[in-house]
Amino acid sequence: MGVKTGTSSTPPASPIPIGWCMALLLTLCLTLATCLQLFFQNWAGGRAESASVLNVLVGDSREMFAGYFFEHADIYFHSGFYPSLFDQAAKTEKSEMTETQKEPAAGSSTKEGHTGEKEHDDLPDFMKAPSDWIDRLDRFFHPSSHLHLEKAGEAREILPWLRIAAELDPHRVQLYVTTAFWLRKNMGKDGEAEEFLRQGWKANPDSYEILFELGLIQEEFHKDPDRARNFFEAALRKWRSSEAAKAEPDRFSLDRIVSRLALLEEATGHLPQALEYMILWKSVSVSPGLVQERIDALQTRIKEKPKS
Amino acid sequence: MNTVLAISMVVIKELYRRKDFYVLFILTALMTLAMGSLNFFNDDRIVRYLKEICLLLIWVSGLVIAMATAARQIPTEKENRTIFPLLAKPVTRAQVVVGKFLGCWFACGLALVVFYVFFAILSGAREHAWPLLNYFQALWLHWWMLAVVIALTLLGSVVYSAVSANITITFIMVSGILLLGRHLHKVAMRMSEPSQTILGVVYFAIPHLEFFDVRDLIIHNWGLIPWWVCGVATLYAAAYCALFLTLTWLTFRRQALN
Repeated sequence: MGVKTGTSSTPPASPIPIGWCMALLLTLCLTLATCLQLFFQNWAGGRAESASVLNVLVGDSREMFAGYFFEHADIYFHSGFYPSLFDQAAKTEKSEMTETQKEPAAGSSTKEGHTGEKEHDDLPDFMKAPSDWIDRLDRFFHPSSHLHLEKAGEAREILPWLRIAAELDPHRVQLYVTTAFWLRKNMGKDGEAEEFLRQGWKANPDSYEILFELGLIQEEFHKDPDRARNFFEAALRKWRSSEAAKAEPDRFSLDRIVSRLALLEEATGHLPQALEYMILWKSVSVSPGLVQERIDALQTRIKEKPKS
Repeated sequence: MNTVLAISMVVIKELYRRKDFYVLFILTALMTLAMGSLNFFNDDRIVRYLKEICLLLIWVSGLVIAMATAARQIPTEKENRTIFPLLAKPVTRAQVVVGKFLGCWFACGLALVVFYVFFAILSGAREHAWPLLNYFQALWLHWWMLAVVIALTLLGSVVYSAVSANITITFIMVSGILLLGRHLHKVAMRMSEPSQTILGVVYFAIPHLEFFDVRDLIIHNWGLIPWWVCGVATLYAAAYCALFLTLTWLTFRRQALN
C-alpha cells in the first residue's frame, strides 16, 4: 500500500453545499443589519446624522482639535515664530492674535492693536541666547524673529484654520469674533464677516460678543444706526444676564458695548439716552476722566437744546 | 566606482518599476488639490495652509520612499540569493553597501524633484511668486536629510532580522528626532543627574534631522538661508552618512550570508 503523494487529488465534497452556507450567512447579515439600524438610529451617541463631516470623523475630540487649530492660526499670525510646548513662555504668553482683535472702547485714547514699543515688550522670551552650537545652527532653519501678519490682506492666511476650528467647535465664541475682526479690519470683507458671525450667533444665541460685533457691522458697513442699536442693546441685555452676577465680570466687553451705545445715541440725537449710557460707561472705563469730559459736554448740549 | 554606479542604477530602476512612488505622488497631488478646492471666505489667494499640507505630504512620502526602498535592499538580495553572484563578480561588500546607498539616495532625489516641481507649480499658481532658490534650498536639505535616513535604514537592514522591524524602528527614531530633537537639551536642563547627562549625550550624539526641515521658512515666505549654513548642514549630513555606512559595512563584512 503506497503513500499517496502530489497535489492533484481533489478535496472531498462537503456534506453541506457552499451555496447554501453563503445564502444563510447573507440572510443572517441582513437580519442583523435591520436590527442594528433601528438601534443605531435611537442611539444617543450616534453621529451619522451630524451635518458636519468633521464631526463624524473626530467625534467628541473635536474641541481638542479646535484648540489645536486655533493655536495654529496664531502660529500663522506670527509667521511661524512661536514657542513650542517645551518653551516656558508658551505657558504664560497670551495669544496676541486675539489680544490684537480686542479693539479699545469707542473714543478711548488707547492705540488700536499693538505696534512699536509694545510689540517689543511682548517679544516672547523663549528665543534666548543659543545654549550650544546645535541650537545656534538650528535657528537658521526656523523662523527666528517676531513678525505679525498685519499688513492689509496678509491675515487671510490665518482664516482657514479659524474656519476649521469653528467647524469643529461651534460653541467657541472667540473664534467667530476673531475671524470677523480680521475679515473686517484686514481684508475689508464685512459681508463675509457678517455671514460668519450670524453662523456663530445661531450656535451661540446668548453671546454678547457676537451681538456686539454684528452691531459694529451694522453701524460701520451698512450705516444702519437703528439696527446697530438693536444689536448693541441686545448685547447689553445678554451681558447683564450672563456676566453681571459674576464675581469678576467681563468689564472690557461692557466698556465696548456701552461706549458704542453712548456715541450712537449721541450721534442720532438721543441725548438723554446717550447721557445714561455715558454714566454707565464711566463706571467701567479705564479712563473715566475722558468719559467725564464727554458727559460734561453732553450735559451742556442737553441744557442748551431746549433754548434753541 | 563603475561597479558602485552599476549597483546604484539597478536600485534606481527598481524604484521606477515599483508602484510606491506613483501611488504616493498621486495621493499627494489629489489630497493637495482637494484641499486647494476648498473655499474660505471667497478668497482665492489664501495659500499658506495649502503649502503646509503639500509639504507635509511630500515629507511623509519622502520618508516612506527612502525607508521602504533602503530597508529591502540587502535582505532581498540575501533572500533571493542574488547576493552570491553579485559578490562573485567580484564586488566587495563595501561596494555593495555604497552602491545600494547611492542608488536609494539618487532614486529619492529623482522623486523629490518631481514632488518639488509639483509644489512650486501649485504655490506659484496661487501666490504668483516663484522663489525658486528657496525651493532649491529646501529640496537640497531635504535630500541630504534622506541620505542620513537611508544610511540609518541600511544599517538597520544588517542589524535587524526583519524588514518590517527595521522600517518601524527607523521610522520611530526619525520621527522622534524630527519632533523632539531640538528640544532635548531644554528637557535635559530640567532633569536631575544622571538623567541630565544621559539626555545631554543623546542630544549631542543624534543626527539633528530637524536642521533640514525648513518647511516653516517656505510656508511663511521667509528669506534665503545663508549658503554657508547650507554648506555646514551638508557636511553635517555627509559626516553622519559616512558614520552609518561605515557601521553598516563593518556589520555586513562579518555577517554570514546564508
